[in-house]
Amino acid sequence: MGKTTEMKDHHEPTDRSADPGLSEATRSDSAPSDSGRRAFMGVAAGVTAAVVAPGVVLHSVTAAPRSEAVTGDVRWGLLIDTAKCVDGCSACVDACDRENGLSLQSKPASASQEHWDDQKAVWIRKVKLQDNQTGRVTNLPLMCQHCEHPPCVDVCPTGASFKRADGIVMVDRHTCIGCRYCMMACPYKARSFIHEVMEEQLTRVPRGKGCVESCNLCVHRRDFGEDSTACVDACREAGHEAIVFGDLKDPESNIRKHLAEMASRQIREDLSLNTGVRYSGI
Amino acid sequence: MAKAAVRAGLVAVGLAWVLLAQVVLAADAKTYVLEGSKAAALESCVEPTDVMRRKHMELIKHQRDETVHGGIRSSKHSLAGCVECHIRSDAERVPQPIHHKEEFCGACHAFTAVNLNCFDCHASVPKGPGAERAAHAAFQAVGVDRSVQARPDGEDH
Repeated sequence: MGKTTEMKDHHEPTDRSADPGLSEATRSDSAPSDSGRRAFMGVAAGVTAAVVAPGVVLHSVTAAPRSEAVTGDVRWGLLIDTAKCVDGCSACVDACDRENGLSLQSKPASASQEHWDDQKAVWIRKVKLQDNQTGRVTNLPLMCQHCEHPPCVDVCPTGASFKRADGIVMVDRHTCIGCRYCMMACPYKARSFIHEVMEEQLTRVPRGKGCVESCNLCVHRRDFGEDSTACVDACREAGHEAIVFGDLKDPESNIRKHLAEMASRQIREDLSLNTGVRYSGI
Repeated sequence: MAKAAVRAGLVAVGLAWVLLAQVVLAADAKTYVLEGSKAAALESCVEPTDVMRRKHMELIKHQRDETVHGGIRSSKHSLAGCVECHIRSDAERVPQPIHHKEEFCGACHAFTAVNLNCFDCHASVPKGPGAERAAHAAFQAVGVDRSVQARPDGEDH
């Protein structure tokens, strides 16, 4: 219950309008005895579903490239079940590297392997946590958390670091000057800098020297109407199904159903960033 | 009086030369569309040729904001579409990077001495699965059959 109240605190001031479904759920949790209010919530949820559902159906049917600008009707997010995340597995990281052309980076001849491991761009890091008192070990993939209030956007002097209307936090490389303030501001160490001239890029993921980048929830897949990310697909193929992707604003979405069932937390929820990536089991 | 007439005559001859030179230059104007690219088989680009020559950078610049911030990928002004259509392959069917000096973008930019930065970050050859999707969208947006094939003789140009 303590967790629920905490989560509610983070949602209450900002989310009532921006993220109605999620805060609605937490609120109805915190007042289970109030049946009249609950009934009203039920009706409200039904009405929301009725309004949202046709749009959702439309989205999943059209696999054509996007022709109208993204809106705030959706907010993309991930839910990661750390209990299912396996020690030593790097399926999501490898898939991300292939999907986003990170595997095309090459080590400069002058750099040592150790230096290169620190410097090369990485979008997902596998993190292993150990509770020193109990010895319990937790594995999790850590990527851009797609905050509702991203510190990287706050500090960007050029507006290159921005949050897209559908909740994806990304970098507009056309205006990025490579100052790396955002890398310093990010509490999750989620951003990477491209230090060297790139020769090999994928058409779908431009990349060049002097710009910062991070996970963009496979934005090209979003824009071409696909319904998952590379890491989610890879995790499923590896048989773990630890990552769920979906629309945090759609009460009928898979991710919302999972969020309603299992306890989940944000990393550094004390910062009130309302992250789009949630973790359970931590 | 005779002096004035001579001067007028010289001016007239000079003007005539300038006009002639313009006409000759125009007739001789080089097309940078390369044989062996899809573009060589098409009547014109996504806009009339004169518009493309003067304004392609503005079209792309405008489009980049709509794509990055709005996620719009169905435009006919996509850079991936430019590359897909204008790319030329060598005899071994290896696509040649489009910003190289002999290729479509690189040749004209070298001639006009204008720095070309697009391909510092963007792929200079169609690369990776789905690379053709943006190009197909561009073909659809201008109503051209997407299955258009490169015509080696390039006789339209």
